[in-house]
Amino acid sequence: MSAAILSRRGFISASLLAGGGLLFDVAMPIARAADGAPVILTAFIRILPDNRVIIGAKNAEIGQGAKTMLPMMIAEELDVDWSQVTVEQTHADQKIFGGQGAGGSRTTPREWLPTRQAGAAARAMLVAAAAQSWGVAPDTLKTGSGTVTDPASGKSASYAALAAAAAKLPAPDPATLKLKDPASFRIIGQSVVGVDTPAIVAGKPLFGIDFKLPNMLYAVLETCPAHGGLYKSANLDAVKALPGVAHVLTVKGDGTPESGFDGVAILSKSWWTANQARETLKVDWDVSAVSGFSTEGYAAQAAEKRKGKADGDIARTGDVDAAFAAAAKTVSADYDYPFLAHGTLEPQNCTALFKDGAVEIWVPTQNPESGRALVAKALNLPPEKVRINFTRIGGGFGRRLMNDYMVQAAAIAAQVPGVPVKLLWNRQQDMQRDFYRPAGWHGFRAALDKGGKLTAFHDHFITFGKDGKPVRSAELQASELPAGLIDNVLLEQSFLATNMPTGWLRAPGSNALAFVYQAFLDEVAQAAGKDLPTLMLEMLGDPRELARGSNAPPFVTERAKGVIRKAVAMGGWADRKSLPKGTGKGFAFYYSHMGYFAEVLEVAIVDGMPKVKTVWVAGDVGSQIINPINARHQAQGSVIEGLGQALAGQQITQVAGAVEQTNYDTHPFLRINDAPEIIVEFVKTNYSPTGLGEPALPPVIPALVNAIHAATGKRIRTLPITAEMLA
Amino acid sequence: MAISFTVNGEKRQVDGDPAKPLLWVLREDLDMVGTKFGCGAGLCGACTVHLGGEAVRSCQTPLGDVNGMAVTTIEGVQTGEAGKRIAAAWVKHDVPQCGYCQAGQIMSATALLATTPKPSDEEIDAAMMGNLCRCSTYVRIRAAIKDAAGIVEAKA
Repeated sequence: MSAAILSRRGFISASLLAGGGLLFDVAMPIARAADGAPVILTAFIRILPDNRVIIGAKNAEIGQGAKTMLPMMIAEELDVDWSQVTVEQTHADQKIFGGQGAGGSRTTPREWLPTRQAGAAARAMLVAAAAQSWGVAPDTLKTGSGTVTDPASGKSASYAALAAAAAKLPAPDPATLKLKDPASFRIIGQSVVGVDTPAIVAGKPLFGIDFKLPNMLYAVLETCPAHGGLYKSANLDAVKALPGVAHVLTVKGDGTPESGFDGVAILSKSWWTANQARETLKVDWDVSAVSGFSTEGYAAQAAEKRKGKADGDIARTGDVDAAFAAAAKTVSADYDYPFLAHGTLEPQNCTALFKDGAVEIWVPTQNPESGRALVAKALNLPPEKVRINFTRIGGGFGRRLMNDYMVQAAAIAAQVPGVPVKLLWNRQQDMQRDFYRPAGWHGFRAALDKGGKLTAFHDHFITFGKDGKPVRSAELQASELPAGLIDNVLLEQSFLATNMPTGWLRAPGSNALAFVYQAFLDEVAQAAGKDLPTLMLEMLGDPRELARGSNAPPFVTERAKGVIRKAVAMGGWADRKSLPKGTGKGFAFYYSHMGYFAEVLEVAIVDGMPKVKTVWVAGDVGSQIINPINARHQAQGSVIEGLGQALAGQQITQVAGAVEQTNYDTHPFLRINDAPEIIVEFVKTNYSPTGLGEPALPPVIPALVNAIHAATGKRIRTLPITAEMLA
Repeated sequence: MAISFTVNGEKRQVDGDPAKPLLWVLREDLDMVGTKFGCGAGLCGACTVHLGGEAVRSCQTPLGDVNGMAVTTIEGVQTGEAGKRIAAAWVKHDVPQCGYCQAGQIMSATALLATTPKPSDEEIDAAMMGNLCRCSTYVRIRAAIKDAAGIVEAKA
């Protein structure tokens, strides 16, 4: 790569590759980050002498499809055939590549414009080279399949043949580039199979767990069963004496969840040997500060809090007390949900090599730059001495936004310089050392006037927090609907203390809030003598936009109404009353991650438990579905994951500060026999495209419990659903 | 103790602890990492291989039990007719999301088709229930198995 200083306008350089071919190195500032620093997008495009094109994929791939989608967008504007393209994963360096994380369904909205501009810039230089050589104006030339043609003279030249001339030309200003009319897209909008799919099917080593270095040692790290427990002592010598054990080391955490708990690492040439040695290891932990936390304790404290005054306000508009005093009818209900684990199928792992005062890391992470900072701090190294290489990721779901395992691997590797170390957790540790979706409790009240209009809404949210602030992923926003749609709203919160590390689980916040808000609003709709789609459409009211803060686009009521109407039509909502006994349809709408989703779900009660038959999904993520096959996959996966949270029996419970669940039998996910028919349709609207990793998930849970009510008359106000709740 | 068996038709001999699970023998001793570690308890199916033609969880199969047996893994499954059809259908339907469970899914699906060329929905469920897909690619797994089996479905 040529060295260049990044200006605010960015740069595009083209240079010849050894042996011919052309490297485009494109960097341009895109939307500004929250701190005001320009964010740079860099794209690598290599045109090889045989006219094949190699495109760098810069983002972490967790199964969300970014490794395929972003190169599709570059190839579209470069105007090459997808069959000419090979995709290569880049390493992690935000100074070069800009944002490389995978989270928040943010890749699509962030990259939609600059990634296409990168391809268009390279194309413009190739066209300019041909125009110069043929003595014609660039805008008279056409491109396609990696070739520039002149319709007037019939001349044509491959991109590879134009490489040498293009490399000498000045780069265009990205702002002057003309992007394709979407009507002429040839790759965007077509279903493209994932670039790694053939290699996955062939069992090729793609994942972090598969990565090996010569003379590598495997490490296991024993940590305290109760989060926050401190190391006192252990029978280290007895473990060292075991056959096959190479090293036994203690690791000291700094007490923060991500930067490593105290632990004992066992290293061996065989992971199986190291993991077996755990059975001999006996550690004495100091759990005095954390052994008081338990699921039972939280429930009792939440019940106490519910009776009293809330700790503080989140939103207070209008006069809620007056509206309740004047109400013709009131509705109230308490809802709650448990802690959840991520359970990525590839257990947390990281390979690290510490050598000559620097550490190189090979890791499945959704959030490489945060990991770099944590490793640098833990090892007292400058950040530039931490090199991070991506591997494909065996499931993210938000778990790998946290980099605790990266810090641990680096800390172990630093104690055996020159020896590569692969830290790999076993399943029990993975289940018990997660950053959990926090549990929560909601006390709802709603007031209706004589006409059945919702006049006031009150939620006392009991969550986990410290110093008057919710813990990670336990936030409730002041904009949570129906706030913003009705006049009198009071959202309050109270906090419980916990030792549980919490984190983002796919559609964080929303996966729980959609359940409680849309299920309670279904109760409100029933009390008002209408159905939930009708209540929602009434509240959404006249076309308008509701502000969502400076970093997010506004909520557009017409987009919400569009998907609600679409789902109701798709799901045969009008005919729902004609279903047989024990069968019912439910509806829910939710807006998250800039995506508008409404879902209708049909459930039947089979052997005392709900069996979901069909889910109809209507989504609005803007003007363009970039890769339709993957878009459907994301929606299908989101729907089944959401159903699993309600139906599979998932919950993380704690006794004496420690998590009880150990594996997929005690924290299950749905299997193929529970996968319903899922019908997905997108409503296209004239807004810039947004992401699909998350927003289809939240509405499915309330759609399910609302359908169960329709089928049985029973309200589900607690997750997970058990047979006893329906008996 | 030296244990002899074949992996994808090739003779292998491993001198090691007979209690060591086949999963780790494959991954560590034979450097075949296509077979995946997920749960270590036979609960997720990510480690599924064929032992004597039958789908087994290699994390629950000690090396000692493999003596004299034929093992097929994801690296070799496409040499068989059913494996070839399953793999082609998997690519056509773009079944994988993260992809981590798919080796195990493909091994279970191939074993199903080898014994049941035209499986019913119930037979697909029974054969595939032991394989967890955390990304929930089940809709496509079902479609790909049917496609590989030549089952044409009436379009709704």
